[in-house]
Amino acid sequence: MSSHAIETIVNGQSISAQVEARHTLADFLRGTAGCTGVHVGCEHGVCGACTVIVDGVAVRSCLMLAVQADGATVATAESLAAPDGTLHRVQQAMKDEYGLQCGFCTPGVVMTLAAITQGRSPDAEEIKDALSGHLCRCTGYQGMLKVAKRLGGEVQA
Amino acid sequence: MNAPADVPLAAARFTGERVPRKEDRRLLTGHGAYVDDVTMAGMVHGMFVRSPIARGRIVAIDVEAARALPGVRAVYTAADLDRHPAKLTGLYGSAESKFPDIWPLAKEDVRHVGDPVAIVLADDRYVAEDGAALVVVEYDDADAVVTIDDAATGAIVHPDLDTNVALMIATPEDPGLEAVFAGAAHVVTGTITHQRQAHVPMETRGIVAALQGSGEMLIHASCQSPHMVARYMDLAFAMPDLHFRVIAKDVGGAFGLKVQPWREEVAIVAAALLIGRPVKWIEDRLENLTASNQAREQDVTVRLAFDADATLLAADIDYRCNLGAYPHGADPNSLAMVMFPGPYKLPRYKFRAQGFYSNTAGQAAYRGPWAMESLARETLLEKAARQIGIDAVELRRRNLITAADQPHTMLTGFVIDRVTPRETLDKLVAHLDTPAFRAEQAAARAAGRYLGLGFAVYVEPTTMAFGGILSSDVADIRIEPTGKVTLTVSTHSQGHGTETTMAQLVADTLGVDIEDVSVMEDDSSRGGFGPGAGGSRQAVSGGGATLIASGKLADKIRAIAAHVLNASPDTISLAGGKVLVAGVAEMTTTVKEIAEIAYYQTERLPEGMEAGLEARHRYRPPPVVYSNAAHACTVEVDVETGMVKILRWVTCEDCGPMINPAVVEGQIAGGVVQGIGGVLYEQISYDARGNPTAVTFKDYLIPTAHDVPELEFLHIATPSASEGGFKGVGEGGAIVGPPTLVNAIADALAPFGADCLTLPLSPPRVLAEIGTRD
Ligand code: FES
Ligand code: FES
Repeated sequence: MSSHAIETIVNGQSISAQVEARHTLADFLRGTAGCTGVHVGCEHGVCGACTVIVDGVAVRSCLMLAVQADGATVATAESLAAPDGTLHRVQQAMKDEYGLQCGFCTPGVVMTLAAITQGRSPDAEEIKDALSGHLCRCTGYQGMLKVAKRLGGEVQA
Repeated sequence: MNAPADVPLAAARFTGERVPRKEDRRLLTGHGAYVDDVTMAGMVHGMFVRSPIARGRIVAIDVEAARALPGVRAVYTAADLDRHPAKLTGLYGSAESKFPDIWPLAKEDVRHVGDPVAIVLADDRYVAEDGAALVVVEYDDADAVVTIDDAATGAIVHPDLDTNVALMIATPEDPGLEAVFAGAAHVVTGTITHQRQAHVPMETRGIVAALQGSGEMLIHASCQSPHMVARYMDLAFAMPDLHFRVIAKDVGGAFGLKVQPWREEVAIVAAALLIGRPVKWIEDRLENLTASNQAREQDVTVRLAFDADATLLAADIDYRCNLGAYPHGADPNSLAMVMFPGPYKLPRYKFRAQGFYSNTAGQAAYRGPWAMESLARETLLEKAARQIGIDAVELRRRNLITAADQPHTMLTGFVIDRVTPRETLDKLVAHLDTPAFRAEQAAARAAGRYLGLGFAVYVEPTTMAFGGILSSDVADIRIEPTGKVTLTVSTHSQGHGTETTMAQLVADTLGVDIEDVSVMEDDSSRGGFGPGAGGSRQAVSGGGATLIASGKLADKIRAIAAHVLNASPDTISLAGGKVLVAGVAEMTTTVKEIAEIAYYQTERLPEGMEAGLEARHRYRPPPVVYSNAAHACTVEVDVETGMVKILRWVTCEDCGPMINPAVVEGQIAGGVVQGIGGVLYEQISYDARGNPTAVTFKDYLIPTAHDVPELEFLHIATPSASEGGFKGVGEGGAIVGPPTLVNAIADALAPFGADCLTLPLSPPRVLAEIGTRD
């Protein structure tokens, strides 16, 4: 297996590592970077559980190789809340609206919502579109649909 | 109806409220602790070599190339694992059931695609997969037994059994039944076919097994109860000097699949014994959709007889299900037969049920495993309404049991009590405005658009503490010397929110803040045995245990306070973390101070009282508790594409007093949406050779946020006879949801004479119902 040196910034920490060419970004983040909030639900790009933010864009980390993250800045769900513990507003909305049950799909969902609401104000329909890229087997999406409305400005928090 | 049970939480602050979930912060911030998050020094990763054929003899297995691969630490076949023989036991079935010998790895032959044949252990999962690809297995391929019809007539799946019928159960001969059908004003018939589904928890199965010294096997597992895993492994390995400790903190959904460990988990424990290092196996999604146990795949032919007033006279049902090769039990869905009469007065009933083995993935219980009874009954009742020319709600009202009929003994022997099928239906109908919908439907039809409205009513047996492993649950509660409260309880959450709901009960009983209560249900070495999630039982059984144990502890606090304050115990109340004496504000003390006395100043305790602030109760709930609900939904069917759009969905359930309505609604919604998946999208399919053909999320479609309506929830809360009056709510949505949706689609397509009794109602199937496609 070919091995490659990569440098990334993960949740504000710089990491230099040797990775095999075939290692997914998801496995790198979970294993080397210790970000176990990156969940792997399918490894084929459908479920969305592995979603992280790479250079500002929501990415399915099971479909990206670790070597492709060389030089990139990566954020995972572990980095969303403020250092004092205050939840990011998408996390708070998910909590308030009972948007999760088992929590396995949840880190991916909050990273997608964080990415699409960063510096812009998508409407509820666009947020719902983004949510439809995430599979959740527990909630029937009821709380998430409320989150979409709330973040989309239709329902006041 | 009997008088409602007393609800002991008169001063509830938390119980009954939409309390935010205690577990959410860690899950939202990526700090959940799932099995794949566990790593250990020296840990190796397992990968199974699986059969690519559905049926055949193993001629030879060559593991040398795999063993030689750098990074591969061991390759084991059944012969190796036999050094610690571990036979699998079934969870369901009866003494008459025919259950094959099941071992972790295939021995002489393979019996379904995905049957595990060998296991490769390597330094990481990538190398383990490389190693698995190098294992060469030679098979002598045979024709597969795939469908129920194949199983009924084809080769024997299990050589150690003389039949493919795992069990047949039936009512005794009823010579007068045919005369009832012959004399009936209306006879309605139909065959309902339900496809095979997969549970697909978003977290697949997984396990880490590590010997601790020589006498303890430490297991981290994705499961529905760590106690059940410990029990199962102990029974399977039966090694006198080996004890099992099982930890399961966060689990990413289960739905019946993880109710007990199965072949892979047992194989990993055996491998950990052999290699003497920690072993991890995390199922991938391909394995999950092909080799994990699955659910449903059943058909039932129903005949219903009615008199001229549309009153039910008799039912006759013939049920078959495909159990696959290695089901979790050899049971032909007995509970579906028992529950078919549901909340209806049915004077005469005949059934026959058979479960067949086949060369497909084995079956497991899946959320409302007996749900076919509601699907069959409720779809046929609406077919009857169409055939007789009576409103479907009116037909139900004429046949539903009412409060005056209870307790009601079903023909099958179950005694239904304290249920409200009629009341939930009436409340639902009042909320819906059916006349407005019918007007809209008529206008739409005139314009060539097809709208439909469907109903379903059901009653669900929960808790099922009538014997066996579901008989009881235990709660151990203590107030620490610091004043904090720790509840260790035999419930287990895979998203159920018991960390919150159990804490709500404790906080109210002890008069403390919910933030001061922590709930532990993750370690089999603490507390005591309980079956965990299953049978919609955790609020009833775990909740009952928690209420009684907390009550005992509250009594002890009051006794200590009465003694040290020289007051009467019945003047003492607990609120806000304080211990209050009625009318004497200056005597107020705190739970923390009482705890300090109980642990540190034991000489101040009443004579003979045990030190400490601890209490325990093992609760035996009523044998069966009944939940019920009525649902309605409206749909529009696009008759050009066959696509179904759900417009509206209203639920009205009676699960007794709700501990947390948001958690209740979450359970209902999750069940309904799994039901929507089952009706419209999901299908595990096999070709004629037994090859699975839906093996990724591109082929196995589960509902997304775009496919679901926003549910409207109505509640009725009639207490059961259980402690707290709870009834359970975990499975109901998945039981009553599917017939609700099928009925709405059939109503929409009534102008085409469609019955819609073959699931899933995917676009091609809908077009076939309309008659525009074969
Ligand atoms: S694990 Fe990456 S999309 Fe499912
Ligand atoms: S909360 Fe369990 S999968 Fe979404």
